[in-house]
Amino acid sequence: MPTADQPDRPWLIRTYSGHSSARASNALYRDNLSKGQTGLSVAFDLPTQTGYDSDHPLARGEVGKVGVPICHIDDMTTLFDGIPLDRMNTSMTINATAAWLLALYVATAERQDVAPGQLQGTTQNDIIKEYLSRGTYIFPPEPSMRLTGDVVAYTVEEIPRWNPINICSYHLQEAGATPVQEIAFAMATAVAVLDSVRERDDVPDEAIGRVFGRISFFLNAGMRFIEETCKCRAMNAIWEELGRERYAIDEAKMLRFRYGVQVNSLGLSEAQPENNIVRIALEALGVTLSKEARTRSLQLPAWNEALGLPRPWDQQLSLRTQQILAHETDLLEHEDIFDGSHVIEALTRELGDAARQELQKVLEMGGAVAGVENAYMKEALVASHARRVRAIESGELTVVGVNRFREGVASPLTERGQESILKVDDSAEREQVERLRAFRSKRNAAEVQAALRHLAESLANGASVVPASIRAAHAGATTGEWADTLRKQFGQYRAPTGVSRVSSGTTSESVETVRKRVDDLAEKLGRRPKILVGKPGLDGHSNGAEQIAVKARDVGMEVVYDGIRLTPGEIVQSARDEGVHVIGLSILSGSHGVLVIDVLEGLRQEGLQSLPVVVGGIIPEQDASELSAAGVARIYTPKDFNLTQIMDEIVDVVARAHG
Amino acid sequence: MVRSRSPVSRLLSGLSAADRSAVSQALNLVDDQRPKERAAALELLDRLEQRDDAGGAVRVGITGAPGAGKSSLLNALVETLREQERTIGIIAVDPSSQQSGGALLGDRMRIGFSARESGVFLRSMAARDRLGGLADATYASVAILSAVFDLVFIETVGVGQSECDVARLVDSLIFVAQPGAGDTLQFMKAGILELPDIFVVNKADFGATAERARNELIAGLGMASERDGEGWQAPVILTSARDESGIKELAEAIDAHRGWLETSGELPVRRARGRLGFVRDALVRRYGEYGLDHIGGGAALEARVAEASEYSTFRLVHELGSEIEEALRRP
Repeated sequence: MPTADQPDRPWLIRTYSGHSSARASNALYRDNLSKGQTGLSVAFDLPTQTGYDSDHPLARGEVGKVGVPICHIDDMTTLFDGIPLDRMNTSMTINATAAWLLALYVATAERQDVAPGQLQGTTQNDIIKEYLSRGTYIFPPEPSMRLTGDVVAYTVEEIPRWNPINICSYHLQEAGATPVQEIAFAMATAVAVLDSVRERDDVPDEAIGRVFGRISFFLNAGMRFIEETCKCRAMNAIWEELGRERYAIDEAKMLRFRYGVQVNSLGLSEAQPENNIVRIALEALGVTLSKEARTRSLQLPAWNEALGLPRPWDQQLSLRTQQILAHETDLLEHEDIFDGSHVIEALTRELGDAARQELQKVLEMGGAVAGVENAYMKEALVASHARRVRAIESGELTVVGVNRFREGVASPLTERGQESILKVDDSAEREQVERLRAFRSKRNAAEVQAALRHLAESLANGASVVPASIRAAHAGATTGEWADTLRKQFGQYRAPTGVSRVSSGTTSESVETVRKRVDDLAEKLGRRPKILVGKPGLDGHSNGAEQIAVKARDVGMEVVYDGIRLTPGEIVQSARDEGVHVIGLSILSGSHGVLVIDVLEGLRQEGLQSLPVVVGGIIPEQDASELSAAGVARIYTPKDFNLTQIMDEIVDVVARAHG
Repeated sequence: MVRSRSPVSRLLSGLSAADRSAVSQALNLVDDQRPKERAAALELLDRLEQRDDAGGAVRVGITGAPGAGKSSLLNALVETLREQERTIGIIAVDPSSQQSGGALLGDRMRIGFSARESGVFLRSMAARDRLGGLADATYASVAILSAVFDLVFIETVGVGQSECDVARLVDSLIFVAQPGAGDTLQFMKAGILELPDIFVVNKADFGATAERARNELIAGLGMASERDGEGWQAPVILTSARDESGIKELAEAIDAHRGWLETSGELPVRRARGRLGFVRDALVRRYGEYGLDHIGGGAALEARVAEASEYSTFRLVHELGSEIEEALRRP
């Protein structure tokens, strides 16, 4: 029993971080650890997450932007320089290339004379939510599930304290999931993983209990923190049921629902951003208040994430928020404070029952993999998100400072403009590419080739790819070479966008007004206005693009939306072939500079310079003025929450350009 | 001396050179409802149809229920045809929202961009105001792509009206069925089994279910086989876009059907039938049967369409339409 003298141990306190280069990120990690952070959470850049080397054409503009670039073992060794891996708990947000980054981590540990068995940490390794939300998948669902299983099969024997998979309902909520969908789809994902691992020859039947016990979850926590508390409690119960009933596990220790949390970033506002400080603290309550369902580790976003990349000070404030909650309050001195609360009980039961039903529905259609391929889950998320967006537009859902209580004095936190966010040094990409080329020229090419051939063989014969990947890591293979070897075997995949069957719901007066304007514009243009919604670059966060596509259809435009990860050249080509009147680009990775300019340049080369381009994303003010100067017609940032109004303005843009 | 050329002539020479910008502009033009642009579009289509003599591009329709895997199938097919160095134009039709008139197109990235750059052109179109049917511009767009590419595909979602509409536009109609979806029975009921020239049971990795669907189809076709007096037995092909099985067979079936159309003399017959069907449908949609009666009804129309071989299909609709309007104005 915890008391004031002997409180519970706090959760692992982490900050999701990494940027620019292995060297810079290493300095950041050491600094964070010296400030009392107790674990590491590594953010990789998009090329690393999608299996490209830093000098690949698709990596242009993305290197070191949303995380650290890791191309080979020297990068990884630098990243953990001076950090003893036998004493560190490292969480890696890595999915399609999880087996590879785990291999690099093991190889780096071996260089430190640390055996794999001593390592502790987590590979996110949840591919299903990549198809549904985050977008860093590479291969089709089936071989991807096999890779997931490869990591499970390896770690369950060789790194017993490793969490091989962290099933993420986090990103489902960011993509619009209701609490019920969050629970159901995450559990469906867990079932898909467990079922496929159970089938494997290299995982003995007796190991399924251990596998079950090593599966952890990564949850989201939004502003409705009472409901979030109940969501966590409901997941506790459902997880135990699954373990007992579906997998015949009865050891209490293995049945425990273990999860980490990053609280909600979707609800953070660009307007009056200081309000986010309070939001973040309240969201943290939802996953810490109930002891029975308390998170094992917590990451808090920074208050200014909707403005750009957070600075060290911003991350420190989030760290301090956790420390205050854990060490100043009396939170950890009590048993579960909700025991006996009939309100919490009832809400937990309600969420749990609805989630069990939804889970059953997904299982009956063939499980999570089928639910990805037939777009059922994606469509459900896009529809939920569209409802949320409409509720904010109509004022039904209050967001303080955004659609209510908007009057106020200017914030001193942001008055210095560009100085309130981190600017990634533009030289980071160039230097990373130089290091990569130097690395390639000094390694033993024959050894690399032999290791890659060995990797290809293990792919073909169905063995876990992890041992062959560790060998390739030691030999000096790169992230791009590893992923290319797998691409050859598995092929690449594009997930359904989920937008096409989303219904538009009730029509507001403002939508009717814009519809009328679109009809008039159609007369004037001779045909219906056609918009291309494009997501250039490697960023897979497609919420914005999806909602814009759905709204443009709702106001009567014809919309071409081909999904994520297009090159500027492909976007230009599509705009030309499809004969569109306007292009809308969505970019959230901070690489808007390079990508938007490339699209504009491509249009000029095709003689389409008069085709207007609008851009939406997390775009700092100074960048916005540079883009405007380069010819972008309109720029939208998270503060522009009213999509109907955006459509109204796009009508103006098209009318002017084709007038 | 600089000879100023009309925009239509410029477009025509662009199309002859397979210039993608010209293709795109021509597609925009035939979709344009403004009077001046309509006139230019008619001129363009007249001149294109005159050039389209012995047969030209192979025109293929692909239809089937949503989720049958048409896009991935088409993608695999395109890859195979590209290996044979044939160029391909694709028109992908998606439904329009009845509420707003808008439409969500695309989501066909399974047809990869690298393929598109090298001889594959894709234009997505909305079905506009016709439930399950095709916009008039679709017919004109097929004519344009046929002037540029070796093969032209039209992919449409849905069942029913769209099959009939597509059948008028193409030489070969492929119907894609999904195993276990109960499609076959539905189609037999709807009489749709009479239209397709090639049947595909997609996702053959379903194993026994796919085999069953195939057998059902073959049985169903047996019942509907009076049309086989024409001498073409519609094949039923099992395919899987996942492991690409059956794709080569499908490509061969398309060529075989084209070969049969040419040797049997069926090709001009079909095209004439398609032309008449399109003209009739376009006029009835605009003026009703009542309007059609004002130029002598169906039989007269058939004769008029057959006579006016120098007119493009679109010019014909335009001219006959003006005639009906005039007749309707008379007291």
